[in-house]
Amino acid sequence: MTAAQTMSRVEAPLKVTGAAKYAADHTPPGTLHAVLVGAPAPAGRITGIDTAAALAECGVVKVLTAKDMPRFGEVKPPAAVLSLPLQENIFRFEGEPVALVLAESIEAAEAGRAAVVVRFDAATPVLPGSGWREPPPTPRLLGDDVALGDAASGLAQGAVKIDQAYFQEARHHNAMETAATVAQFENGKLTLWDSVQASGNVPPVVAAALGMNADDIRVICPHTGGGFGSKGYVWPHQIIAAAAARIVQRPVKLHLRRHDQFVCVGYQPRLEQRIQLAATRDGRLTAIVHEAVNACAIADTYVEPATEASKSLYAAPAIRTRQWLERSNINVPTPMRAPVEGPGLWALESAMNELAAALEIDPLDLRLFNHADVEPMTKKPWSSKKLREAYQEGARLFGWAGRDQRTRQDGPWRIGYGMATSTMGSFRFAAGARVRLKADGTARIEANTHDIGTGTQTVFCRIAAEELGLPIENVSIAWGDTRLPPSGPVYGSSATGGTGSAVALACRELKAQLGRLGAGNDPRTLLGEAGLPEIVADGAFTLPGGAPFNANGDGTPFAMSTWGAIFVEVGIDPEFGLVRLRRAVGAYSAGRIINLKTAISQMTGGIIWGWGKATMEESVQDPTTGAWLAKNLSNVAVPVNADIPSDITIHFVEEYDEHASAIGARGIGELGATGVDAAVAAAIFDAVGVRIRELPILPWKILGEHAPG
Amino acid sequence: MKAFDYACSTDPHQVAAALHVPGTAIVAGGTEILNWMRLGIAAPDRLIDIDGLTGATDVRVDANHLSVGAGVTLNAVGENTQVRQYAHVLAEACLQAASAQVRNRATLGGNVLQKTRCAYFRSEDPLPWPCNKRNAGTGCAARSGSNERHAIFGWMDACVAVQPSDPAVALACLDAEAVVISARGERSVALTQFHFTQEEAASAGGDPAQLETRLGADDVIVRYRIPLRPGSRSAYVKVRERASYEYALVSAAAAVELDGDRIRSARIALGSVAQRPWRLVEAEARLRGMRLARDAIDTALHGAMGAARPLARNGYKIMLAHNAARRALLLAGGLA
Amino acid sequence: MNQNRPSSATSRDLTWSRQVRVALTVNGRQFSDTVPARVTLLDWLREGAGLTGTKKGCNEGACGTCTVLIDGRRMNACLTLLAQCQGRSVTTVEGIAGPDGTLHPVQQAFIEHDALQCGYCTPGQVVSAVACIAEGHATDESSVREWMSGNVCRCSCYPQITAAVLDAAKRIGDKAQGGAS
Repeated sequence: MTAAQTMSRVEAPLKVTGAAKYAADHTPPGTLHAVLVGAPAPAGRITGIDTAAALAECGVVKVLTAKDMPRFGEVKPPAAVLSLPLQENIFRFEGEPVALVLAESIEAAEAGRAAVVVRFDAATPVLPGSGWREPPPTPRLLGDDVALGDAASGLAQGAVKIDQAYFQEARHHNAMETAATVAQFENGKLTLWDSVQASGNVPPVVAAALGMNADDIRVICPHTGGGFGSKGYVWPHQIIAAAAARIVQRPVKLHLRRHDQFVCVGYQPRLEQRIQLAATRDGRLTAIVHEAVNACAIADTYVEPATEASKSLYAAPAIRTRQWLERSNINVPTPMRAPVEGPGLWALESAMNELAAALEIDPLDLRLFNHADVEPMTKKPWSSKKLREAYQEGARLFGWAGRDQRTRQDGPWRIGYGMATSTMGSFRFAAGARVRLKADGTARIEANTHDIGTGTQTVFCRIAAEELGLPIENVSIAWGDTRLPPSGPVYGSSATGGTGSAVALACRELKAQLGRLGAGNDPRTLLGEAGLPEIVADGAFTLPGGAPFNANGDGTPFAMSTWGAIFVEVGIDPEFGLVRLRRAVGAYSAGRIINLKTAISQMTGGIIWGWGKATMEESVQDPTTGAWLAKNLSNVAVPVNADIPSDITIHFVEEYDEHASAIGARGIGELGATGVDAAVAAAIFDAVGVRIRELPILPWKILGEHAPG
Repeated sequence: MKAFDYACSTDPHQVAAALHVPGTAIVAGGTEILNWMRLGIAAPDRLIDIDGLTGATDVRVDANHLSVGAGVTLNAVGENTQVRQYAHVLAEACLQAASAQVRNRATLGGNVLQKTRCAYFRSEDPLPWPCNKRNAGTGCAARSGSNERHAIFGWMDACVAVQPSDPAVALACLDAEAVVISARGERSVALTQFHFTQEEAASAGGDPAQLETRLGADDVIVRYRIPLRPGSRSAYVKVRERASYEYALVSAAAAVELDGDRIRSARIALGSVAQRPWRLVEAEARLRGMRLARDAIDTALHGAMGAARPLARNGYKIMLAHNAARRALLLAGGLA
Repeated sequence: MNQNRPSSATSRDLTWSRQVRVALTVNGRQFSDTVPARVTLLDWLREGAGLTGTKKGCNEGACGTCTVLIDGRRMNACLTLLAQCQGRSVTTVEGIAGPDGTLHPVQQAFIEHDALQCGYCTPGQVVSAVACIAEGHATDESSVREWMSGNVCRCSCYPQITAAVLDAAKRIGDKAQGGAS
């Protein structure tokens, strides 16, 4: 690792001193604090909302209901919810916003919420597990049902077959910062201090809802306190905050309470998947059949395209996939770290581990036997793929081959080992950036990108410094404001490749401009001699057909994806059904890594997310109402420090992908979180011989629910 | 939370007198009552801050007892050398509760009064489901719902909640008593008798879901008195899927006195299996005179779970409780 | 602890008030404010004192983002009424660095070990780490992991946080030793 590759993040001093400002840290003069009132039941019709007691609460200024709200204009994606709340008397999930309390203080707004009485006629809710199944609407962004070859005969030909169902419970993003929007109207123009992963998504949606011109909406978002998908699309609370600010003609701060977060900004849905694998005796796959059913809302649609995982990971001659939706009275899901292959690999990689066991083949060898040298569906070459190297290096770092020689017991802990493949498609978004090269030898990047903690600011500064040949301390970046040049979103593991490429392209244009000014590379000399205070260039990362989005290299001569191998060592206390992580190694093929330090942090975080998903995270729906059983962090577990050993090793295979981006990079953000669950389940099986196909793997699943005393 | 009036007092008698006015509640650390007020579990008109309560702020040892003030925080109890020496299981239970930050606020007095972590109960008003503890007469959603974490002893159809306190389990194991002051004077309540199961609450003529302790409305816990037993060794085992900052699925506190490898006396209390710490009195009797060893303990514990009545989803707790009790005994005896 | 309490008189007459006058020190500065009794230290810091470094994550003591020092001990500001801070000294993340802006060894170590990503939990982590070290709990990996578990980091920087706390403890220890010799 070179010194330059270990750069500390540029915004870190702000964050360790508390100076970094997040959306809810803004309180313009005259701000009213807002708290949502949620629907009190999973389904029904409001017959009346009694606001008298709330209005009697000292400090409460107004309670807005559907009657007070404007009729919102039709919104389209990237709105996450198309059937906006506060428009009619029907509600379709517990907690759906039915009123908004505005008060001079947080205390008054919260007390006002508790005092609002919502009268309603209850309807019988469609409960989880009892909803109807339907094919998702088409066209789908991802998750098309496909058939390659003849899956039926491929299954029949196999000497060994696996046919299993895999389940994962719903879980929420649980970002530490709950979503917040501070809305202020001045002279008909709207400013939003917002907590988002793509502020460019916000103006068109809010403008459509409120009948405004999108150009009259400015979104400011210097720091976002974790997104993980929950702040990607535009959610109703952002529209509601803006509408309320327009009604009361005062700034409105709507900082969602943790409770509200569970029903206002999506989650990863409950999924049932069925995998059928067949293979020859020597471990060659003859067919993969993958079906996925994801839970979904009544009125809004989110498809969790888990079957994507099976389309491109292994070189099977026959592949068939099918997606289903199961609707019930619950809020709509949304992408969550890691979507798509995240759930998909839980099923596929678990089945591969079961197949390896059935074949008595090392699970790593089974993956190598079925390595997809070209993209299986299209037969296109990969833009770049170093998965074989990742398997090899991961296995070496972990000591996979020698695992059976090591001790299997440590006090009460029985030790087990497991592995899986990681993969995530390559999402690419069109992106722009402006770079100003100044006569004093400094450069400034301007791009409406975001800081959600993925290290993008640092990475972009590094790219510019490297392209322009400047010392890193001479490069700065302005971000998080829609007044800056539009750029890509910070989701879908796409920002480094997209905005990073735009920065690089702008810098290359600046170098061309410098070249036209004269010989040499020193901007101070060249700009000084030309009498120019600065030169400016815009970079644009574009996609085939001028599309805003490209998945997996569609429409190009190359298929694109990212890969890795995850190896884990777990300890099981069989008397308690407890499982603890002891160490992990992840090795990845993800293109060029721009800044190793922040990249390692991101992959480590991904593995920990995978650990949380595997062993504790779940948002349970009460079986009789369908409502979320817990909307807090005291009854919903995410990993804490004590769960996570320091012995987590990250390795990136040396790689430069010239096709995926202008800087050799593909995305890494979500890759690390994939495959971990399947590796953990395999390690538990390895340790105690219990095969678990339902996430999260809680103690009672290891003990057996009715285990005798 | 609703607006309330606030006052401070360090005089237990004054606090007890203030509690005579309905709608008055105590705040000490505040780690429970503030959340109750946010959720709608409690809505006091008056909150009396008892920080520095006379007689409740120290740890001391006299001839026969370790005495721990109710106002001492969990971290201070857990790191106190006398507590670690004479009531090791209490120190361990305190330090395995909540987080370092919460333990700097939460007091030992308030801790045993914390309410169940049942997710149905810990929801915000208005509840979308029945809960007899929150709204009497509505029913118990957990009885037929998601009840993996609920009771296997002492429950009724009206309520299947468990008491989640870690220190209470240790205190019950140690035969501790709470010293309580009210207008009627000072009295002691054994921690084994302090909480009611739902069945016990009903037997006492109370609402099985709402009557949770023997404390009267104006009772103020001032101290805990723990009998000193020279040579006694103790341990606490807390089983939880998350390694820290998490409530127990099941916990076990054990204390043993040994003659060589023979058990002179043993005391075992289970946590999170009932709405009170659950002492295994019969198993304790069977252990007397036995060798402290895995097989012997299994024999003694056999049948201890006989009274268990698992719910639809928590049958695993029977085995878990047995295993936790055995581990705690072995740990207490230095064998695990 | 209670010498400064406003109404701890032995008199039977308690003073009940819905609005409480509270004087306290925050980061070495004297504050005095009259607030409704229900105002928490967390909401007051953020909305009353303009100290937004302390974050609200769960408002129920389940995440640690609001960790501050009260009389030197780390606590959740969301579980503390401002009224309970009468006469006390509160340190927030804004008060951790030196008066001249020199970063505290914990802050320095967090940057160097990349012990932060989105940064929202970081103020709580930093304050908690300062206390963890002062308490003597930053002795080894397992102790730090346990005693830093009151601060949830959803970006999941735990290994880096553990390394940063151990490193900062060493630097502080080295400095103390150097100072003593």
